[in-house]
Parts: sequence; structure tokens; C-alpha cells
Amino acid sequence: MEDAVRSGKPVLLQGNEAMVEGALAAGCRFFAGYPITPATEISEAMSVKLPAVGGTFIQMEDEIASLGAVIGASLAGAKAMTATSGPGFSLMQENIGFACVAEVPCVIVNVMRGGPSTGLPTRPSQGDVMQARWGTHGEHPVIVLSVSTTWECFDVTVKAFNLSEKYRTPVIILSDEVVAHTREKVQLPHPQEIEVIDRIKPNMPPEWYIPYEDNARGVPPMGVFGDGYRYHVTGLIHDVRGFPTERPDEIQAFLNRLHRKIYQNYFDIVFIEEEFTEDAELLVISYGSVARSAKRAVREARRRGVKAGMVKLITLWPFPRQFLEPYLRKVRAVLVPEMNFGQVAREVKRINQGMTRVEKLNRIDGQLITPSEILTRLLKM
Amino acid sequence: MAELTKLIHKYLRHDKKFPHVWCPGCGNGIILGSLIRAIDKTGFEKDDIVLISGIGCSSRLPVYVDFNTLHTTHGRALTFATGVKLANPRLQVIVVMGDGDAMAIGGNHFIHAARRNLNITAIIVNNNIYGMTGGQFSPTTPYGARSTTSPFGHIEHPFAISELAVTAGASFVARGTVYHTHLLDQLIEKAIYKRGFAVVEVISNCHTQYGRKNKKGGPVEMLKWMKKSAVRVERAKEMSAEEMEGKFTIGVLVDRELPIFTEEYEKIRQEAKKEYGILG
Repeated sequence: MEDAVRSGKPVLLQGNEAMVEGALAAGCRFFAGYPITPATEISEAMSVKLPAVGGTFIQMEDEIASLGAVIGASLAGAKAMTATSGPGFSLMQENIGFACVAEVPCVIVNVMRGGPSTGLPTRPSQGDVMQARWGTHGEHPVIVLSVSTTWECFDVTVKAFNLSEKYRTPVIILSDEVVAHTREKVQLPHPQEIEVIDRIKPNMPPEWYIPYEDNARGVPPMGVFGDGYRYHVTGLIHDVRGFPTERPDEIQAFLNRLHRKIYQNYFDIVFIEEEFTEDAELLVISYGSVARSAKRAVREARRRGVKAGMVKLITLWPFPRQFLEPYLRKVRAVLVPEMNFGQVAREVKRINQGMTRVEKLNRIDGQLITPSEILTRLLKM
Repeated sequence: MAELTKLIHKYLRHDKKFPHVWCPGCGNGIILGSLIRAIDKTGFEKDDIVLISGIGCSSRLPVYVDFNTLHTTHGRALTFATGVKLANPRLQVIVVMGDGDAMAIGGNHFIHAARRNLNITAIIVNNNIYGMTGGQFSPTTPYGARSTTSPFGHIEHPFAISELAVTAGASFVARGTVYHTHLLDQLIEKAIYKRGFAVVEVISNCHTQYGRKNKKGGPVEMLKWMKKSAVRVERAKEMSAEEMEGKFTIGVLVDRELPIFTEEYEKIRQEAKKEYGILG
């Protein structure tokens, strides 16, 4: 049987399936997961396609185990991913912290559903924006990307693997039930047209290898188990050799580097998309499935002569502050529609510092915010 | 003796800032020695060994030895080991856990790892207590025993680690003690050689926490207790239930051939490649 998806012809895919294609294109060869609505299709597709490319799919006993296996596989050299939804994402938090501190590249997909707790398994939500940033204990840098279309499910997953390998960090992708299950026509690029970045490995003699030594990039080359660079990996705060330390100067240097490697590469990590922003007087800031409604609403508002524009956030963390500030200085008002009580709106207000008026538009009833709801609000603003 | 010391030093990390974290007289050092001798006998290169642990006193063991070492989150060592082994089945994966790590917080992972039957060696150091956090009862603390969280005597009943491993489907299960070191060397060596999930439960002493609170004496007294209470599996078969009262068996409890996950999965790969040839 031929694989229609890679035929170069347009295909009809749902978001979850497109993520699997993106992962495979980026070189993902290991997936561990646990069944959960609305992310299960990712596991199902992986169980078919990964073995066909010589990779490994495994269904673990829970989500904690899934991320544990993913981190282990990455340390042994495989690009690895897991996918889950709210309750599973909560269980993964401790191991996300481990991957941050031990600097293990991996991709974690959270297809957001209504919460808290078991919540609304089959309904969309954007309630995990702050959890993705702050869910694991201790201060840590993190990269969080969001998706709003089937094409982005493919493209952002490739980006997620690339960033994760480049900066030796877990990358979280926030999808939601609507994006995950919407079927859209996409034309996937030829594998050779896709930019794939692999982690930098040590090339010095093993006895010279200092696994956590700082460099200009802030990202030390990563030894792979079995390649001759024997070193110690731990969740404890460690010195440059990877050994546990309690020396204040070593703790400070380590945590500084951990943050610096993300923030000094801010412009390589932060992606946004703009539409009608040049002369916009009203700006809609949105992400995920709500950005689809926002796009429609902004176009309709323009048709009616309202100078509306929109910014779609693809990178949620680090927050695209430097991209948004110029607009905040310029526009009359900002609208942040989202399926929560205002998690991104809160962040926009934080960076706004009184430059403009920030309004929220929220739904927490398990329903997608519609274009007409956004349009109605825009016309009143 | 000099030869033995030299052998140990061949595997220690000399750039690691010793001394180690263990109390004087702790069984963990004996287990580390046994593990090194067993690995040396198997002849595997240092690069081929991945030594993985969870959290706890015994889980500090990997940091001292010159292998690929991975100190994971509490209870999750076997999950990390699963990923390492699947990503590179060529690697010899050995996991060291304590009784709290493997049986309480990691109990679910343990039974599933046994059932899944990857080619992994699991060494469980059973000292009947949470040592590092200061002597709270663990899933193997005996009924009636005192700990800092059972000051009036423990009212729960302990897990039998090895018996649980047998029931959960491990390919190889053995029990040893830190007193019977020659036997322990052999059991660990057999477990590493074994193809499939191999468990070695090691009865160890925590005189600092468990011994002190339960009037078991110091390390010497606790080792003497092991000498008195341990019965070889072969001999235990000839003993009555009354004679075995208060004693436990040591030796190989189970050694069987079962399908290994990685080999089974290779068949899946072949089938998937046939179905989706374009991807291969």
C-alpha cells in the first residue's frame, strides 16, 4: 500500500494526523504515550507509521511513564515525542522539569480539553497556557508553541523538534480539541524541502568532554549514551561535569545559563503571524483555534470599514513581548479572545503598561468562540 | 585484596568529589562492589553499560561509577530505562532502585516493566525503610515495625518484592543479601547475562534508621541477622513451614525463557514496512 500522505498530492488530514507527519518529517523515531481524548489519534497513527520507518512506538502504563521513556530514548540518541491532554499533561509536569534541568530534547503535545480535572474530555479549551509555562516546580525556561490549522500541526511540529534539538530543551505544543479533530486539505512538502535540525554532538576526544560546560550559544554539545562520552545525567542541580553540587557559584552559573540559552535566542524562537496590522487601530491577539475565528472576524470588520488587524501567536512562551509592544503603542484598543478566563490577556496587560486599552473576550463553556462574537465586539470597540 | 581494590578503582569516577553520601556501615557500598565485580566478569565495555537509578540513598550509586549514568525522578527509573533500551537495544541497561522507589511511587512501573519483558536488569535494594528522608515506613517495612511515621508500630503488611516480580512475569528473579556477597556477585552477573527482565532483590541494612528504631543493633548485628535468617532456595524446599518461620529464601527464584519485547517489536517493524513500504 502506498502512503498517500507523502505522494505530494493534496490530502485531507485532521490536526492530530498532521502532527504525526510533522514529527516523522522532523526525524522523530520514538513515541511513548497513553490513551487520552482528544489526543489518542496521535498514538494510533504513530503505532502504524513509526515501525515502518524503523522507529519505535510504545504504549506505556501512564503519562508519567510515557515522558520518562521519551527522555530515556532521547538520551540514547532518538528524537522523541509524547502526546496527551489535560490530565496527562498534569502528570507529566515533574518529568518536564527533569528534561529542562538535564537539558534533554523532547516534544510534548498537549491537545487541550476543558478542565479542571477530568473536565470536558471532548470539548476544546485554552486553559493550559499558564500550566505549560509554570506547571513544573522551580523557575525554568520553556518553549511553548501553539497551532491553529492542520498545516500548522505539521509545520509547528517540525519547528518544535528543531528548537528542541537546537536548544536542548523540552518543547511543548499546545493544540486543542477543535484543531486536533478538524479535517483540512493540506499539501505536505517533499521531505527534502523541510529544514531539519539535529542536536550538536561532541567532537572532542571523550576525556576532554565537559558535558555541561558553557559556550557562546549557552548550549553544550550533547553526548549520546553508547557513543563513548560517558557522563552523568541528573535532575539535581549539577556542576559543569554533571555531578550534583551545592556550591552557590555553580548553582547560579548553571541556572543563569539555563535561562540565557532561551532568552538570548529569543528572535529565533518567537514566531507570530500578522494580518492587516500596518494601519490597524484595533488589534486582535489570538492563538489556537480561536485565531481561526479571529481571522474571519477581522476580514469582515475590514469589509465594513473598521481598521482591525490581528496578530496570531505561534510562540506563546517566551511571550512575544518585543513583537507586540510596537502595536500596543500604536493601536486604539486590543482584544484578546480566548477559551479561558484570560490567561494570555493577563500577559498582554502585564506588558501593556498603560499604552492602550486591553479588552478580553472569553468563553469557558466548552464552545469555540465564533467569528460573529469577535466581530460584534470589534464593532463596539 | 589488592587485586580487588584495583578492580574497583578501574570503575570509580575519580573526578567525582568523594566521599559518598552513605552512612558508615551501609550496605550500598557492598552492593556497588558486587555490581562492579559482576560487570567486570561479564566483560562489557564501560561505554555499553547504562546505569540508571531513581531517588533515594541507593539511587545515588550511579554517580560514583564510570558508565553512562542516569539519575532520574523518584520511582521512574524503569520508565527512563525503557526509553534508553528501545532507542538503542545494544546498550546493557541496569537499574538500581530502593524499596520505596521501586515498590511505592514506582510500583506500577515495576510490574509493567516485568510484564513487558525488556532486556533490562533491575537491582532493588531492600532495607525496609525510607533512609534518605529520615526513616519513614516503606512498602517493605514489616508489620509492627517502628519508623518515624509509624511511631506506634506499623499496621500495614509488606510487599514480597521477588514474589511480586515472579507473578508480574519477570524472566529472572533472584534474592540475595549484603552478607552473602559471593552469592550476590553471581546473582547480579546472571541477571546481567539474562535475556529478558531480570530482577535481583538485595536485602540490605539501614542501621541508622530501621535498625536503630527497631533495636536491631548496628551494621554487624544486622549482617549477622541476615546470615541467620537467609536460607538457600534449594534448602528451603526441604524445610517445613514452621522451620521457615521468620526466615527468607536467597538464590535464584525463577529463571525462564519468555519472548523479549525488542524481538517481538522487530516483527512489527517488518510487517509495518511491508504495509507502508514507501516510508521504509
